[in-house]
Amino acid sequence: MAKAKITRKSTWVDMTAFVDVSFLILTFFILATKFKPVEPVEVKFPSSVSADKVPETDAFLVTIDKDGRVFVQMDDPNARQSIANNLNETRQLGLDPAQIKAFTNAPSLGVPFAGMKELLSMTAEEQKNVRQPGIPVPDSTGGELYYWVRDAKSTYAGKKITWLIKADNETKYPVVRNVLEAFKRNDIYKFQLVTKFQDAPAGTPLWETRQNIIKSAGAGS
Amino acid sequence: MADIDTSGGGGGKKGPGVKKAKKLSTRVDMTPMVDLGFLLITFFIFSTTMAQPTAMQLIMPKDTENKEEQTKVKASGALTIMLGKSNGLYYYEGDDPTKLQSSTYKEIREVVIQKKKTTKPEDFVVVIKPNDEANYMNVVAILDEMAINEVKKYALVPISPVENELLQATEKANNIQ
Repeated sequence: MAKAKITRKSTWVDMTAFVDVSFLILTFFILATKFKPVEPVEVKFPSSVSADKVPETDAFLVTIDKDGRVFVQMDDPNARQSIANNLNETRQLGLDPAQIKAFTNAPSLGVPFAGMKELLSMTAEEQKNVRQPGIPVPDSTGGELYYWVRDAKSTYAGKKITWLIKADNETKYPVVRNVLEAFKRNDIYKFQLVTKFQDAPAGTPLWETRQNIIKSAGAGS
Repeated sequence: MADIDTSGGGGGKKGPGVKKAKKLSTRVDMTPMVDLGFLLITFFIFSTTMAQPTAMQLIMPKDTENKEEQTKVKASGALTIMLGKSNGLYYYEGDDPTKLQSSTYKEIREVVIQKKKTTKPEDFVVVIKPNDEANYMNVVAILDEMAINEVKKYALVPISPVENELLQATEKANNIQ
């Protein structure tokens, strides 16, 4: 009987198609996503049916984490510098120009006034590793946040500014109420709460209104 | 072979020392390119985000001691919703907090819709009172419920001591930790 001959087959696999797929996915991710913004703490914010976009510029963001630590964040370096100068003067922080520059470069901050000098003398890398205790907002007087809001308000006087509040799902309500009080004491009553979008459940009044808007837009075009 | 023999003459035989040009394969190994592609994908997945945050409008009333400036609410059209600990939710209609009923975030929609149907639109107002044990998610959820049910008038108001006591008593009765 003849021996069965085993033919040697090549193990070469054509990877070209694989490359096509991987670069297609890569292109999708580049186009469809956005870089994560720098955040002082990780916050899991709740969802809402609101579909308005969060403005990216001229915003003053108050972040509250689940332990109730309060952080402030401003996108505009010029505003940060002006606020640092104001606070330094009115609250006698004793910051030197180098520390004010450090504040101008730091996007967010969450320390009491007493700890600012110490925090701002650190390098940016050290600041990241330090656990910031948060801006004290102990009661309905608004605590130190009141002064932050006041200076932010005067810095942006005459310009449009959005007051954003981003809090964690687990944040206790009293902290949120105290933060709102800090704004209310500055005669600011209109806020934007940062949320995740979630469509209105089917059959509810808002859902019907939205369906009607879609229908009328479709009929109009 | 299918190759066209371009060597001229000599009966198809090359002389000694004349080497035939070796045919190089045009096939390129794509494996490193795949590696690179997936490395970049991984990087983009980790450093970017898909979800765009949205902004929910919240307008708070101005605090005033002046009774004249305070908004008056008809008791018949008022629905008070109180938020307690462990995602607890309690409501009562009118101005009698002792008629407190417990509910959940799913059931409250029916209550709000029912109340909206049975009251005059200009009288209907929802008063939201979170106590100190409520968390931020509860507050946003209930504000969102107002948007979902298109409640025109609602207010976020601090809870009164009497209501807070009633709420805590109910929580105790229901064994909510």
